[in-house]
Amino acid sequence: MRELLKLSLSEARDGLRAKSFSSAELTAASVKAIESARELNAFVVETPEIAGQMAAASDAKLAKGEGGALEGIPLGIKDLFCTKGVQTTAGSKILKGFKPVYESTITSQLWAAGAVMTGKLNMDEFAMGSSNETSHFGPVVNPWRRGNDATKLVPGGSSGGSAAAVAADLVFGATATDTGGSIRQPASVTGLVGIKPTYGRCSRWGVVAFASSLDQAGPMTRTVKDCAILLREMCGFDPKDSTSVDMAVPDFEASCTRSVKGLRIGVPKEYRIDGVPAEIDALWEQGIAWLKDAGAEIVEVSLPHTKYALPAYYIVAPAEASSNLARYDGVRYGLRANSDDLTEMYETTRAEGFGREVQRRILIGTYVLSAGYYDAYYIKAQKVRTLIADDFTRAYEKCDAILTPASPSPAFGIGEKANDPISMYLNDVYTVTVNLAGLPGIAVPAGLSKDGLPLGLQLIGRAFDEETLFAAGAALERAAGFVAKPTKWWTS
Amino acid sequence: MSVDEKTVRRVARLARLAIPEERLAPMAGELNAILAWVEQLQELDTSAVEPMTSVRPMRLARRKDVVTDGGYAADIVANAPRTEDNFFVVPKVVE
Repeated sequence: MRELLKLSLSEARDGLRAKSFSSAELTAASVKAIESARELNAFVVETPEIAGQMAAASDAKLAKGEGGALEGIPLGIKDLFCTKGVQTTAGSKILKGFKPVYESTITSQLWAAGAVMTGKLNMDEFAMGSSNETSHFGPVVNPWRRGNDATKLVPGGSSGGSAAAVAADLVFGATATDTGGSIRQPASVTGLVGIKPTYGRCSRWGVVAFASSLDQAGPMTRTVKDCAILLREMCGFDPKDSTSVDMAVPDFEASCTRSVKGLRIGVPKEYRIDGVPAEIDALWEQGIAWLKDAGAEIVEVSLPHTKYALPAYYIVAPAEASSNLARYDGVRYGLRANSDDLTEMYETTRAEGFGREVQRRILIGTYVLSAGYYDAYYIKAQKVRTLIADDFTRAYEKCDAILTPASPSPAFGIGEKANDPISMYLNDVYTVTVNLAGLPGIAVPAGLSKDGLPLGLQLIGRAFDEETLFAAGAALERAAGFVAKPTKWWTS
Repeated sequence: MSVDEKTVRRVARLARLAIPEERLAPMAGELNAILAWVEQLQELDTSAVEPMTSVRPMRLARRKDVVTDGGYAADIVANAPRTEDNFFVVPKVVE
């Protein structure tokens, strides 16, 4: 049964259609693997009964030669997506026990395509973090280790549960979200493929909001092709999200076999950052050479405002978060502290319900939006955002996609960076510009660190040109031949 | 610009977040570290730059101003900590 879980999503799909195995078999293997991997703390809620019912329904369809693009395939769902009747907490104590009475647009689309839900995946509280250590449900453990060293490493964040579940072969893919790098950075440090599509591609309806102008959902999978298959089912116009884009969704899977011959790949000199380990730069050079060998043309580009992206992000994201998280007031859902005074009830509920990092960001956000500081901080940051978006527009006059590293280091130990917020924020140094400009970005596993940990490369595309990212990403994947897997140390 | 304990208390009040007295000073320190770091944005001359107001250039879709949804009060209050007859119950606010 375990062998089935080693298949890629596309192989599982093809096997189901050819009736080589059933969804019931596939799902049972997944459910069992999830149970035996609780040490990873990847799942907050397991839904074996729902999975069994969905698998049976899928098998009935498959038997008739029917079924959607994901018919019978077990997936994990980040706990930021509202799932009808199944606890959805965004990794926060303040939402403990919250069972939505509705389903997010994205998960509705996945179920309509035949996917099977195995459970809800752990994450940083309200997606605020780069290591999955801010979750109310405790940290997720990376399936990867430094050789024989038993030190527990982080899986990146905020989609740490998604990363661990897919990297440990518990599911064939997972939903994730990316506000500053939360798909691409965990994908990079767990040896996975993850794409943040262009802002507006995926509906945000029913996805717990963190920073609405930056949040985008996307998939995490083990191969580029799998990522293409899953993304296609997640995308699409949704009138319920006012920023959803009414555009046809391309066949991303077909793009994976497209040649990169003649494609112009930009290399931004500002992404050579002091203090980043030499192996990160070496991998980047290797990636450049691979794409060149595949026929791409390499051009140097300049993104001069790169160094201002993280500081701008840490004004814009907390500002939007402080506004979005105002809804958690102990009245309509979630935790409520006892008090006879309304204001005191609000204040105590929020103090008890939000963790330390979330409180810090709410305070920063409230401060930068408060009277007298709004122009100096918030408007300033939104102007810098314009400069960053303009940098990309100019770069795309010279190139079709941009290649960069995906994370500034391999996975680090749990607790290693927990007391230094700014050092933690730097994990998103390569990814955050993409969110600020609303562009698509994909992380692809490309090699191993000196300690044997995965490292990824990132490709950034023009708005709504995910197809080029899948073409170039698949070329990188073929050249890298990344086949390393974590050695299974977790047991039931 | 830097914040002191008094400012943290004021901002926490605006954010409806109870911060215990002994956490005010450490929190001021944490916020100042972040504010000092974002201060580097001041190096940029942005006097001629428009602030971003839309991530992708787009016009928000319009729809008819009609009721298209509703009629499920019980669902709306299903997750509320305290309810009565499909109303949210809060501490008394008017005497």
